[in-house]
Amino acid sequence: MALYSEKVMDHFRNPRNVGVIENADGVGEVGNAKCGDIMKIYLKIENDIIVDAKFETFGCGSAIASSSMATELIKGKPVAEALALTNKAVVEALDGLPAHKIHCSVLAEEAIKLALKDYYEKTGADYDHAAFPDCAACGHCCDHHA
Amino acid sequence: MIYLDNAATTKMSKVAIEAMYPYLDEIYGNPSSLHTAGQQANEALTDARARIARLFGCEPREITFTSGGSEADNQAILTAARIGERAGKRHIISTAFEHHAVLHTLDKLAKSGFEVTLLDVHENGLITAEQVAEAIRPDTCLVTVMYANNEIGTIQPIAEIGAVCREKGVLFHTDAVQAAGHLHINVKEQNIDMLSLSAHKFHGPKGIGALYARKSIRLESLIEGGAQERGKRAGTENTPAIMGMAAALEAACANLDANAARMIALRDRLIAGLREISHAILNGDAVKRLPGNVSFCFEGIEGESLLLLLDDKGICASSGSACTSGSLDPSHVLLAIGRVHDIAHGSLRLTLSEETTEDEIDYTIAAVKDVVEYLRGISPIWRDLCSGKKEFIIK
Repeated sequence: MALYSEKVMDHFRNPRNVGVIENADGVGEVGNAKCGDIMKIYLKIENDIIVDAKFETFGCGSAIASSSMATELIKGKPVAEALALTNKAVVEALDGLPAHKIHCSVLAEEAIKLALKDYYEKTGADYDHAAFPDCAACGHCCDHHA
Repeated sequence: MIYLDNAATTKMSKVAIEAMYPYLDEIYGNPSSLHTAGQQANEALTDARARIARLFGCEPREITFTSGGSEADNQAILTAARIGERAGKRHIISTAFEHHAVLHTLDKLAKSGFEVTLLDVHENGLITAEQVAEAIRPDTCLVTVMYANNEIGTIQPIAEIGAVCREKGVLFHTDAVQAAGHLHINVKEQNIDMLSLSAHKFHGPKGIGALYARKSIRLESLIEGGAQERGKRAGTENTPAIMGMAAALEAACANLDANAARMIALRDRLIAGLREISHAILNGDAVKRLPGNVSFCFEGIEGESLLLLLDDKGICASSGSACTSGSLDPSHVLLAIGRVHDIAHGSLRLTLSEETTEDEIDYTIAAVKDVVEYLRGISPIWRDLCSGKKEFIIK
């Protein structure tokens, strides 16, 4: 039995949406180099729809695959739907992750939430601050929000 | 497939397989049995023990067969601890970058009242005999220092440390798992009291190893039962594996100098090639290292993704990143030589064998360059480093 599912390996080998969006409407970065993973997500939002999402990731295979899958899951979706994306949905879409790699999917969820928070702040929109916990129970090392 | 993970394990040599075969087939007797079938197996064991002893310059009775390097390390350390305890000595000296078979055994002893001093390792991956001499106290019962490091390949000054220990009357054990069959070892000349080795690191079978212990040392048995191994290791001997180990070790030692010269040339070619990658650093001394070991850290990338992409290109390698170790921290060896977490996560170990070719090395250099460049291209840290937002750690 291989470490990762075929789906994870596919998204790791051929990651979707790699790159940067210049003048993005929202940018979220989580993780730190000390822990061995950093994810940065860029969003282009028009009329409350995520028209484009890109990512850059420093991390292991599952971190890259989780970023790739998470951006796929929110592209073309309304902001509210992206905000509701859970790490569990990312894990399921990847056909599972090994137990010690679940935190990679948590990072992806957090990065998207932070990018959306950044979007709300940039647009000056009123938003529910409680929807953005400082640090979710990621089970990884602390000091995540660089 | 290009197999560059020979520090993890090696492919068995033909001579080792052939040496095992008769003992899997015709000569299957229990060496403890009195009948002819048993005595044939027993004679084979006697022969293997003598051949192994000759290669290390010791007596056959000083060799005890174990299940491998970890068991040998455990037995050596616990033996020295019991001897020390009886004399009221409960202090042990080791280094911060030993194998876990040593470190975890020392942790266990520390919980039962022993005091353990772990010597700092210099940035080049070496310790000195002077450090050992300064750390020895009247209550020191053991010095255990690995012969050559499994991750960064650095070779410690074993003869000098042995001389210091002998002069001060302290037992000296060395974990020679990475060194046996690859470096010239003579336990008498180097004043080694105990030495651990493992067959699968020199093209022998897995699950077999040996512990050399100077004959005045009464080994503490870890496994109770029958009187095998002079009562120091119960359980029916693994005759086929022992025969495979003896044959593999003889072959390795017979060709040691020629193999080393070839591998050093390829190793240095690989090191030179990987040094062309920017913000990369060789781990461990460039000269005092195992003929087959190459270890690098690359800034801005993570080791597991590097390994997976190299595997896609047919290259088997290893890394000391946290993600590959299954823990939150990267390799204790890389941390011990002063690599910070950020850098240690981006480590790559490539370990050669006698069969590695120049073409394989050249292909590997090109593949590593490609993969490092690709991963840096998708790394937010790399972007920050290149834009000057963050400062490079590896200049």
